[in-house]
Amino acid sequence: MDVSSMQATAMTRQEPLLSIKGLKTHFATRAGVVKAVDGVDIELGRGEILGLVGESGSGKSITGFSILGLIDPPGRIVDGSIDYDGLDLVSMDEEARRRLRGNDIAMIFQDPSMTLNPVLRIDTQLIETVQAHAEVSTAEARQRARDALVQVGIPSPDERLKAYPYELSGGMRQRIAIAIALINKPKLIIADEPTTALDVSIQGQIIYEVKQLCRRTGTALIWITHDLAVVAGLADRISVMYAGRIVETGTTADVIERPLHPYTQGLIDSVPSHATRGHRLHQIKGMTPSLLNLPKGCAFRERCEKATPECLVAPEPTLLPGGKSVRCWNPAL
Amino acid sequence: MRKKDRQVPVFIINRLFQAIGVILVMSVLVFVGLYLIGDPTSMLVSPEATEIERQALRKALGLDQSIWVQYLTFLGNAVHGDFGRSFLTGQPALQLIVERMPATVELVVVAMTFSVVVGVPLGILAGLRPKAPSSKAIMTGSILGFSLPNFWIGLMLIMLFAVYLGILPASARGETVNVGPVALSILTLDGWRHLALPALTLGLAKAALIIRVTRAATREVLPMDYIKFARAKGLRPSRILNVHLLKNILIPIVTVAGLEFGQAIAFAVVTESVFSWPGMGKLLIDSIITLDRPVVVAYLVMMVFFLVILNLVIDILYMAIDPSAREKVRD
Ligand SMILES: Nc1ncnc2c1ncn2[C@@H]1O[C@H](COP(=O)(O)OP(=O)(O)O)[C@@H](O)[C@H]1O
Ligand code: SF4
Ligand SMILES: [Mg+2]
Repeated sequence: MDVSSMQATAMTRQEPLLSIKGLKTHFATRAGVVKAVDGVDIELGRGEILGLVGESGSGKSITGFSILGLIDPPGRIVDGSIDYDGLDLVSMDEEARRRLRGNDIAMIFQDPSMTLNPVLRIDTQLIETVQAHAEVSTAEARQRARDALVQVGIPSPDERLKAYPYELSGGMRQRIAIAIALINKPKLIIADEPTTALDVSIQGQIIYEVKQLCRRTGTALIWITHDLAVVAGLADRISVMYAGRIVETGTTADVIERPLHPYTQGLIDSVPSHATRGHRLHQIKGMTPSLLNLPKGCAFRERCEKATPECLVAPEPTLLPGGKSVRCWNPAL
Repeated sequence: MRKKDRQVPVFIINRLFQAIGVILVMSVLVFVGLYLIGDPTSMLVSPEATEIERQALRKALGLDQSIWVQYLTFLGNAVHGDFGRSFLTGQPALQLIVERMPATVELVVVAMTFSVVVGVPLGILAGLRPKAPSSKAIMTGSILGFSLPNFWIGLMLIMLFAVYLGILPASARGETVNVGPVALSILTLDGWRHLALPALTLGLAKAALIIRVTRAATREVLPMDYIKFARAKGLRPSRILNVHLLKNILIPIVTVAGLEFGQAIAFAVVTESVFSWPGMGKLLIDSIITLDRPVVVAYLVMMVFFLVILNLVIDILYMAIDPSAREKVRD
């Protein structure tokens, strides 16, 4: 762990930047209530990097959108609190929330081919982000736009500013989305699988650069991914999500090397690099259950090799020393 | 870059060639069609006229020749810009049409402006909250405007505003002001009063369509990631609506509004007939009834040209709205 992340971890204990408690975001659909997020707790210090890991459909994106207040009907935050820097994001009125979005809390989306508006020039999309939050001249905003492109390592920024999204590669578009996220110097960035749609080579670069940028500017980061390997070299701490709940949280080293929850264990065993080191390559058995039809008790029960009769009752998070927490009756302690 | 600059004229020239092909085919069809329907001289002479008088008239109009000779003569003259004279009045067909043009263009421009100004906001509203009662009311209205026959809407408006309330005239063009050679109603109050009902009749039907297109486009664009991203950037709702949404739904709206505009200019027959509006549609229907072939043919040729040009304008508008369309033109 480098020095800044040690500081970040230390600060977490004092005054978190973001504190989510018991967040529940449900969708009332015709087929039933989809409990996409069902009791999530997240704590994040200033400048800290959290990896939010879980398979597709586990509720990672909805957690991110809940923080930004971007849940649309039929979805709704039905319970819990999101405290950001002393502000209650859930009860806050929409205009106040708008002023935080893209200014204090920014988000990067998964698919860069869809996030930029196809009919607007790049400069427009950057400048409007500045002017939505600050009374600055267009010339001043354009200068900031250019600086932001330089910051994310985009060559010949003046030319790119005049381009339309379709003229740029996927990697370039994602860099621009990152520049948009950074342009107002937010305190928190939520990155929702931003490299999943990109080539592996560009993936590595972008992860490295975003980490550097966050460290340099002291920006906290929630990096959402389905791939544990991606966050291993990036995050200070990792939260593992399954079926709308966080099942395990801990420092990256703890989670990767001493996973407590059987699901985390399964995820780690299915990463090929671990298998080649002598572990058997392991796939978690069974399929991701439908959120409309979760097993009674622990949602992982039907796939779990350690399940016991107690697991018919849903476990609550157990807090352990060192900031760890696990939601399991039989953790690998 | 040089390639890009040269490509646009090529695609324009292609379109013009297409237009000439369409005009040739269409003129043959109209010629043969009107030839089969009947003898125009029967419309022109009194029932008591002798066969000799009729023959003389046929000869004078060139109708004694075979249909193909007549057609080739027409083509030969048309190439030189001469579309013949009306059988009925003897005036040059082109002149007749051009004289009627301002009335139609004026009517259609006002009607289409109304339909866009009313239809786009209502369509967006209905698209933003599809389940709200107001949206359902808008859509019901649009279905009515869409499915009720245009002449019936016209008659109802006449009943209400002209007969029952007696506040608006039901026919003719009212006072006009000449701007150069062009007579315009929209410059006088009386002109507007006459324009109101026909423009409303035509505009309501078009608005119904614009509402549906706008609503569908809005519903398609709203779930897009770039709209969510715009919200995540903290943009004000007005900016998201007026820039991010509107610019994207403009493409289908321009398509439909453009085509409807062309359709209305070329064939505003029903509305013009109901309101005795002295425009081109009225001229067309009158000429068809009297089998006044030179006018009908000249009219249709002009309209094909007009529609081709209009399509070009729509394509150029696309390119202005959608940057990636500029790219596609090259292929
Ligand atoms: N608009 C919606 N209506 C109903 N269910 C939804 C909606 N959006 C998301 N969900 C459900 O919420 C769950 C979590 O979604 P998401 O957070 O996108 O998962 P992921 O972890 O892959 O990001 C999914 O099972 C999905 O079916
Ligand atoms: S609570 Fe039981 S079923 Fe759930 S993960 Fe732990 S051991 Fe497995
Ligand atoms: Mg997701």
